[in-house]
Amino acid sequence: MSLKKNILALRQRKAIVEMGGGDKAMQKQAAMGKLTARERILTLLDPNSFHEYDLFVEHEERNFGMDDKVLAGDGVITGTGTIKGAPICIYAQDFTVMGGSLGLKHARKITKIMDHALKMKVPCIGINDSGGARIQEGIGALAGYGEIFYRNTLSSGVIPQISVILGPCAGGAVYSPALTDFVFVVENISKMFITGPNVIETVLGEKISQEDLGGARVHAEITGNAHFYALSELECLEQIKELVSLIPHSNLQKAAKVEAKKPTFKKNIENIIPADPKQPYDVRDIIYALSDESKFLEVQELWAPNIVIGFGRLGGESVGFVANQPMYLAGVLDCDASDKAARFIRFCDAFNIPIVTLEDMPGYLPGVDQEHAGVIRHGAKMLYAYSEATVPKVTVILRKAYGGGYIAMNSRHLGADFMFAWPGAEIAVMGPEGAANIIFRKEIMEAEDEDAMRQQKVKEYIEKFANPYVAAAKGYIDAVIEPLETRGLLLHALEVSKNKDDHRPYKKHGVPPF
Amino acid sequence: MKGKTIENPELVEFAVTARKYKTQLTRKFKNRKVWVEPNAYEIQSFIPGTIIHISVKEGEIVKEGDPLLILEAMKMQNRIEMPFTAKIKTINVNVGDRIPKETLMIVLEEVE
Repeated sequence: MSLKKNILALRQRKAIVEMGGGDKAMQKQAAMGKLTARERILTLLDPNSFHEYDLFVEHEERNFGMDDKVLAGDGVITGTGTIKGAPICIYAQDFTVMGGSLGLKHARKITKIMDHALKMKVPCIGINDSGGARIQEGIGALAGYGEIFYRNTLSSGVIPQISVILGPCAGGAVYSPALTDFVFVVENISKMFITGPNVIETVLGEKISQEDLGGARVHAEITGNAHFYALSELECLEQIKELVSLIPHSNLQKAAKVEAKKPTFKKNIENIIPADPKQPYDVRDIIYALSDESKFLEVQELWAPNIVIGFGRLGGESVGFVANQPMYLAGVLDCDASDKAARFIRFCDAFNIPIVTLEDMPGYLPGVDQEHAGVIRHGAKMLYAYSEATVPKVTVILRKAYGGGYIAMNSRHLGADFMFAWPGAEIAVMGPEGAANIIFRKEIMEAEDEDAMRQQKVKEYIEKFANPYVAAAKGYIDAVIEPLETRGLLLHALEVSKNKDDHRPYKKHGVPPF
Repeated sequence: MKGKTIENPELVEFAVTARKYKTQLTRKFKNRKVWVEPNAYEIQSFIPGTIIHISVKEGEIVKEGDPLLILEAMKMQNRIEMPFTAKIKTINVNVGDRIPKETLMIVLEEVE
């Protein structure tokens, strides 16, 4: 055979496998409003950058009539490519091939590309669209899942791992995304649950749709499993591109620095926060007023919105913002907010991304449900994450900083490198009303007019303690600054922290309150 | 800092310690379960499942530790026992019922 003939034969073989589950299955996929696995990869990656491997891998199952079944690529596409120039490894389950079911060889293709990503120190992106374990392969499929989870864990903190849920992802399959750093979901397309509606109805008689049980919105708003929520697959793929451009390839690098650009936000930073500490505002306006081009990629926007987390740039460098959000639940810390912030802080720390904390919070959320849900254990995660982090850590106290929340929000005492406070900041053990009630209890009770005395004592307390100067006098705050100085100081703080070298005692690993 | 007060119909008063803040509530917060003091005379299911056997009748006096019913859940037959000696006031479930968690199964009353 001539080389030409061999080449034609190769092309023919490739073309057959690239058909996936065939035209009919592809049409079905399209009818569900879904792109095919290959279309997803080609849309996400830079043009002509995708290179596929293991195209000709075949399953080896002999039972249940599987011996004569040919499954294109064993239901998963794997390869390497670039996103805005950044090298990545990727796999995409192909729902058109036996429902994207996971057999041993399918899993081994995934673990092979994961091993490659870990060795080459590049991000790994997994696109999930699978009916679950290939039951015919029995425990071979279970072994496959386990081998993926093991690698997710080994890669954690070494390379960024991204999971994209573009179809069903049920049973054991959900745990790979749960172990990765960022989970992307799309309305009406993503479905994640451990036990599906059928099992729940059989066992409990509870009727619920897939969407209400584990749809995109549920995971974006209620469970916190999802980090990014989109209304279409194309929007989702754009979100991934943006994220990849803001994070480094691995823990050995810093995120790519770009040209510094000024904020474009129109509102004056001095006019965002109401003077009355009981009135809310959107803390994201402060972030827009500070960040380059006023850009901010918010993470977990819908879940625990009382704390805002996400990525932006300051002077061209990627930073992670953590900010209390007075617009929701007055910006209190609660179980979910603590979980949300703690994991984000640990991601930033693992991947050399400086953390900027914007503080305006009245304390922890009071309530039986919070106490019984373990707000002590969850709240501790945040203290742990901030204390553990060795990346540059800067805090700006915008308004309220009371009690335990003051300590938790990257205070000097947890190792903040720079503590700034705006002149309206109230840094105190608790809100003035509560403090005055306790300290002047006797005077208030003995007064002829209790209310008048209480108001007078609250006023006294506010004048003496509800300001940044008590903390500044103790050196807990480095500088009381004007709002308009904030961006300049943040840029400077990052500049002088460039070579920060902060060591922790040697350990195998810490034991955070998971 | 002279920012203006935001006019937003979704803003409510929200008490954190001694102060009330204007803020929005989350769906999860609004749907949170309000705590009620447990009543020892109410036997509730601790797990969702199916009632497969009931050993007692209404009006009967049952001794502490005696079986009340069997609640099958997750392929396990859970024997529900009498927490203390008392009279069975009402039985709210039947054999074959599939019940969710925290269903009130049996109400007890004090023995005179």
